[in-house]
Amino acid sequence: MNWPLEAFLSFLAAGAFGIIFNIPRKTLISCGLVGMSGWLVYRSYFLLFDDPIQATFAGAFIVAIVAHILAKTFKMPMIIFSVAGIIPLVPGSRAYNAMRNIVENDYMEAVDFAVQALMISGAIAMGLVFAEVIMQLYFKYQARRTQKKMGFTQE
Amino acid sequence: MAEISEVRRELALDCFLLAGKVMMESGAETYRVEDTMIRMAVSQNMMDSHCFVTPAGIMFSPSNDLPTRFVRIHGRRTDLERVARVNAVSRRLVAGQLTLQQAYEEMTEIEKNHYLFPLWLQVLAAAVASACFLILMGGGWADIPFAFLIGGIGFYIVETVLVKTRVKFFAEFIGAVAIGTLAVLVVYSGFGNDPDTIIIGSVMPLVPGLLITNAVRDMMAGHFVSGLSMGAEAFLTAFAIGAGIAIVLSF
Repeated sequence: MNWPLEAFLSFLAAGAFGIIFNIPRKTLISCGLVGMSGWLVYRSYFLLFDDPIQATFAGAFIVAIVAHILAKTFKMPMIIFSVAGIIPLVPGSRAYNAMRNIVENDYMEAVDFAVQALMISGAIAMGLVFAEVIMQLYFKYQARRTQKKMGFTQE
Repeated sequence: MAEISEVRRELALDCFLLAGKVMMESGAETYRVEDTMIRMAVSQNMMDSHCFVTPAGIMFSPSNDLPTRFVRIHGRRTDLERVARVNAVSRRLVAGQLTLQQAYEEMTEIEKNHYLFPLWLQVLAAAVASACFLILMGGGWADIPFAFLIGGIGFYIVETVLVKTRVKFFAEFIGAVAIGTLAVLVVYSGFGNDPDTIIIGSVMPLVPGLLITNAVRDMMAGHFVSGLSMGAEAFLTAFAIGAGIAIVLSF
């Protein structure tokens, strides 16, 4: 696997999707970075453990975490950064293969691909959910710490 | 609670509903729209306001004894720059850096304009994304120009059909049929090598990524009405693309 090439291509693809979704111009580069980190984590997990579902979960998780951090820094909604990063993880080739096998009347093969595509979509959703929960817990903890430092203790 | 004069209250309500409408039309998550409207209301001393947002309309009730207002949302179009701008205005209003009048003027300004990139740039971006995905999905270098062209053409067809007919699923279907036909033709005439990766790469710009993320985030926040309807839209879009490709492949 050619790491610099894949990094560059995923960066470019995520930036291009940023243009399609019309995100603010100054966030285009950070959006590309989100896409790149998600894709690299997905690929390296896939090459290490050979499980596309877990790899997609890891990729979506990283995309959402990075997007949350960037959203805090830019003070902008989080979806601006996460949409473009999610796209490379979408199981396009599996859905396509499922469709092609249905057309060729090979239903056993089609169901196999379709179930994989469904599981991967679920993994994307779970990755987003986990990252959201963890980031909310972290922000709550941080807010309580700053409140304590400034002397307003609620409890 | 301070007494608010009627004129000021109507202005405040107009302002909140406009903010909600613009955000919803531009592709924000439902729970973010509700959150923004309630925050703005609290900053204007409307402590017990309620808000219910669906992808089709917004209901906002300032308090128990005042009339509830309603806005219908018609077309939706992805324009995240508008979401970011409305968000920035509401943040400044809540922080007290803007008066209500100024905030309302900025909202109307945002509502009138759109901040879309020009169509040629969007088509170019779709073409570049298709070419990138061709390589990322394991296609060969020789197929790059075809994925670039077909991806751009497919996206352009979807946009023009969408403007003409206003039916999103039909536009996606036609776009997918065009992509499939072109890819098969290119390979059949001996220029391209692998129709599968060309089709997968070119179809990528049509994938409903925003709907998927919004549906998941809304469901998580407990907004099942919006979450399910956006999920259904995402599913139908994916189905339209799949059906378009399947029709071409069945010949």
